[in-house]
This record gives sequence, C-alpha cells and structure tokens, in this order.
Amino acid sequence: MPARLLLSWILGVPLVIVGLGLAFQGIEAVHTRFFFTWGYYLEVLIAGTLQGVMYSLVALGFVLIFKASSIFNFAQGSMVLFAALTMVGLIEWGLHWTIAFLGTAAVMVALAISIERVVLRPLVNQPHIILFMATIGIFYFLDGFGQTIWGSDVKQLDIGIPRSPTFILEEVFEGGILINQFDLVAALVGGAVVVILAIFFQKTRIGRALRAVADDHQAALSVGIPLKTIWAIVWSVAGIVALVAGIMWGGKMGVQFTLALIALKALPVLILGGLTSIPGAIVGGLIIGAGEQVAEVFLSTFIGSAIQDWFAYVLAMLFLFVRPQGLFGEKIIERV
Amino acid sequence: MFYREAGQFKSSYAADQAVFPIRQDKIGVILIFLFALLVVPFIATNYWLNSILVPFLVFSIAAIGLNILTGYCGQVSLGTGGFMACGAFFTFKLTTWMPEVNILLIFLMAGFGTALVGIAFGLPSLRIKGFYLAIATLAAQFFLIWMFTQNPWWTNYSAAGVITAPPRALFGDFYITGTRATPLNKYLFLLCFVTVLALIAKNLVRSALGRAWMAIRDMDIAAEIIGIRPMVAKLSAFAVSSFFIGVAGALWAFMYTASVEALAFEVTRSFQVLFMIIIGGLGSILGSFLGAAFIVLLPIALNNAPALLGIRMASDMISHLEFMIFGALIVFFLIVEPHGLARLWQIAKEKLRRWPFPY
Repeated sequence: MPARLLLSWILGVPLVIVGLGLAFQGIEAVHTRFFFTWGYYLEVLIAGTLQGVMYSLVALGFVLIFKASSIFNFAQGSMVLFAALTMVGLIEWGLHWTIAFLGTAAVMVALAISIERVVLRPLVNQPHIILFMATIGIFYFLDGFGQTIWGSDVKQLDIGIPRSPTFILEEVFEGGILINQFDLVAALVGGAVVVILAIFFQKTRIGRALRAVADDHQAALSVGIPLKTIWAIVWSVAGIVALVAGIMWGGKMGVQFTLALIALKALPVLILGGLTSIPGAIVGGLIIGAGEQVAEVFLSTFIGSAIQDWFAYVLAMLFLFVRPQGLFGEKIIERV
Repeated sequence: MFYREAGQFKSSYAADQAVFPIRQDKIGVILIFLFALLVVPFIATNYWLNSILVPFLVFSIAAIGLNILTGYCGQVSLGTGGFMACGAFFTFKLTTWMPEVNILLIFLMAGFGTALVGIAFGLPSLRIKGFYLAIATLAAQFFLIWMFTQNPWWTNYSAAGVITAPPRALFGDFYITGTRATPLNKYLFLLCFVTVLALIAKNLVRSALGRAWMAIRDMDIAAEIIGIRPMVAKLSAFAVSSFFIGVAGALWAFMYTASVEALAFEVTRSFQVLFMIIIGGLGSILGSFLGAAFIVLLPIALNNAPALLGIRMASDMISHLEFMIFGALIVFFLIVEPHGLARLWQIAKEKLRRWPFPY
C-alpha cells in the first residue's frame, strides 16, 4: 500500500470518528430525546468494531474463493453452519474440543474436495452466473444435509471462551467502557486467522501458486500449476475459515439455522472492501460493523428501529457510487 | 416435431419476425390456451386450482419480469422479493383508499408504482455491474421489507401487521379477491391476465427496446459505442421488470395467499424467482413458464413422495430432505443443461424434426 494512502487512512479514520461524535453531540444539544456521551459512543463503536471482525471472518472465506476461481460462493454461510453443527456434534460424542476441531477440519476438507469434484469440475467455463447459482444450490443442499444429520435444535457451542463483560478506561469516562470479553477473544482469533493466511499466501509454495492462479488462470496453468488441486486447496482453506467463523458465531448466538444467514451480512462487507482483496474484507468488516452499530444506536430515534437489517447494504451501495470496485478491489478496466 | 414447417415461405420481414413464425406453433399455443380456458375449469379440483395453477400463473409473471431484467438485459437482481412486496402493499393501500376503482386498474397502478421504485433502485446499475450490482440490489430487498414491517401505515394499522385482501369484483358478481372469490374465478382471471402480459413481454423483447437490452447484456461498452444509451436501456429494463414483478407480488398477496405479511417477501422469495429463470432458461419467455412450473411443482412432489412410496417420516426430517434434494437438483440441472428447460425443449424439437434420422 502506498504511503500516502496509508497516511490518509491513519488520519481519516479518527477524523471521521471524532466528526461523527461531534455531530451527535450537536444533535443532543437541540434534541431532548437523544442520548449521547463520549463514553457511550466509544463503547458502541468498539462493540461494533468487534462485531465487524466477526463479519470479516465470514467475508474472508468469500474472498479466498473469489480470488482463486472468480466464483462467488454463496454457500459460505451454509459452510459456516455445517462446520459449527459438525463441531457441536463431535463434542456431543464426548470428544475434547481440540480433537473435535481437527475432526471438523478434516470433514471440511473432504467437503471441499467433493464440491470441487462433483460441482465445479463439470461446470468449468460456464458463465459466472451459472456457477453462482450452483453455489446457491450447494447452500440449500448443505443446509438440509447438516440439519438432517445433526438435527435442527439450537445447540450450545462452548469451548471455554470467557464471556463476562469487563470495564476499561474507568478513570477517563464515567462508568468506564463496557467490553464483552467474548467479542475481544473473537477479534483476536480473527486477527490471528488473517495473519496466518497472510503468511500462508506470501511465504509458502502453495500460497504463491494460489496468487498466481488468482492473477491469471491460463498463465498459471501454462507454468505447470495444477489448477484443480489449487481449487481444492482454496475451498479447503475457505472451509477451515468457515469453521473458525462457525465456532465464533456459534459460541455467540448458539448453533442454529440462522447462522447460515450471516453470510448475507458478509456481502456488503465484501463489496465495500472489494471482492478480491483480503485487507478489504477486514477493513470493510470493521467499517460495516462499527457503522451499523452506531447507526442502530444513534439514528434509530429518527428513522425507526432495526435499521441494522439494511443499513450495511445501503452504506455499501452508496459507497459503490464513488468507487465501483470497492475500497481495495482491483480497478475494473474494460475493453471492447 | 410431429409436424414439419416445409412450404411456409415468408415474403416480408414482418412475417419472418412474427411471434410464432410457424403456423403450427401458433395453432398449438392457441389450442393450449383454449384447453386451459375451456377444459381445465371442468376437470381441475379446487386443490389443483388453488395450490398449483394459481401460484404457477402468478410466479410466471414474476419470472417473466425478472427474466426481462436478468435474462434479456443482463442485470442480476436479488431484490425481487422487495419489489413483489411493493406491488402487494401498494395494491392494498390503493384499493382500501379507493374501493370503487376496479381492481384490475389498481393492480396496474401498483405495477407502475413498483416500476418507479425499480427505477430508483436501478440507478446503481449505471455505475456498477455484475456481482457488485447483485449485492446492491439486496439493499432494495432489505430496505423495502424493513419499510413495510416498520410502518404500520402500510397495513392500515392492523394489529398483526398483516394485509388481508378485501373482496373486489372484476365486474358484476365476478369476485376475484376476498372471501367471495372462488378458485375458478381467480384462475380464469389469472389465465387471461397472464396471457396478455406474456404477449406484451414477448413483443417488448422483439422491439427496438428489447434489442437494446440484449445488446447491453451481451457487451455494454460495445452497445454504447454503436449508439445505444445505457441509461435508457438499463433503467427501462428495471422499470418494465419491476412492473411485472410488482403486479406478480400484488396477485400473489391478493389471489394466492389472500392475507400476507411483509416477511413473506423475504430474500428467499428472490432466490425462488431467480431459480425459476435459471432453471427455465435465461432470456426466454417460454423458459419463465417452464421454470415457474418446475419450482412450484417440485416442493409439492417432494412433499408427497414419501407418502406415495409408503415411507413414514417426521415432518422436520422431510423439510430438511426437501432442502437437500432441492439443492442437489439445482446443481444437477445446471450441470446437465446450464441454459435451462427452454433449451432442452429446443433440443428436443430439433431432434424430433429430424427423427428418425440422427443428423
């Protein structure tokens, strides 16, 4: 990333945060029903950002697959659900969670390989929309499959992450800022996943091959990179990312059908960050998470509650008017 | 085919570009329509009319609408559910506000209202395309549903947040909505309405406008260079498509379910219609009908299959298996014939024409 861009981010983000805060403070001065303190504002912002990391985790899986194969994998959400269901099922068999984790990872790899064999291979060279529809088919299949095997009750997934809330910065703000420890751990895990992926992509042989495939399928093929193996690997990695996301989301909201629908929340993250960029998925997640939380808390006085349902989409859509390829997406160059 | 079109020579461009260039096709379609109009009412039971034919006809309109946008103009949209909700709620507001206006006019007015909403949400298509656009249309989906659930004004402050179809007659005693409407009335009205709308759609896609849409779909930059205005083409596609989808939403709420809440138009509804056009065939009016029939019939068939085979299963198990089979069938169809049922029909016709010779 060029230094100027980095600098504009470092300066721009605090500016936007402070500016929004000042705007809310202004509103509070004239509006009686509006509640605002800086401590509360920061608390909401931090909670939203931590939530955003969770969105990023889901979005990462999309980006990995889209980069390597230009397939928009709608089934990522149901992969999250399937992974979480399998993990819970294995733990219920009495396995320790680390063993269950490894077992589920193996299942996800097997799933990735079978998807590559059964679905992707026959559909090579089809238009993108067809492959997209095929992944919606996989979405339905996995949803039904997971629930047929493991049942559809809401299950608890607890691997010993502390969930008691803590207070920080008590001396600066009155009452301190409330932070959920679980969210903090989830954010750390998310960060760790990103670092591991970055190292995997930059430093290993397979990672280089993956990047080559992402750049140009045909060129990669012609220097002897086995495309099909690479696809299976990418889907496996996406499956394991889904597993991590599934553990975090499952631990937060319980393992149930609605888990598959958080994929829908990852979509605005994707287009905000750019479909092909891993940093984009992270930054997009943070912006969407923080933005929608702040909007929900401070704007619902004016336009009604539950704006979380659509705020992320409208934010992303408005953003696309300015930059059609997303924040970090590759510039779209078109020729006739 | 079981008939040959030998000897039918065209002497004008108009004849060559007719909706049905082959006389037998034309006669066949008219016969099917007459059969549906005159024979089906006598042989179909209320169950058939209510649970199969009415939703099939309604979804056909929605599928034609989405096919105009996605199949002909190449703009992928996932906002179908939201636009259907628009049609339904606009109809409800209009007909409770002006009870004396004929319900047919109300349906059309709701369609035009939805077209305006469609143009508004189609504006991003001028800047973005492909998957970015598909996700941007999800904004329409979620925003519209949120608007209808949050504001009780849309449901005339009903406590349950549900709109219920008031009784309305097309003429005299011919009630088509509300409790006094018989399934037969609904079916006959829908049949004629769908036929007219399908003919309009078929003629639109053959017109200059339709050719502009297809040029945009095939390559938008090239289309722009040869003088097609992308803004006009894209926004008109959004408007026409939203009109059809809005009318379909109104019919779905008023004639199929009779009482509906906004959540019935969730994003799964959008996917359902998208499946119809993919399975039926992108860029084909016939495909819209075939796809609608397939998607309406499949769950019914899957639901009844265990009972027919004599297997007893828990109902939640059946619904999970239904999901699985549905997903697997989608993938299977895409692999076998990515261009949909309409293409299969075309292949079958060509094979039959040469029959019994292979080439």
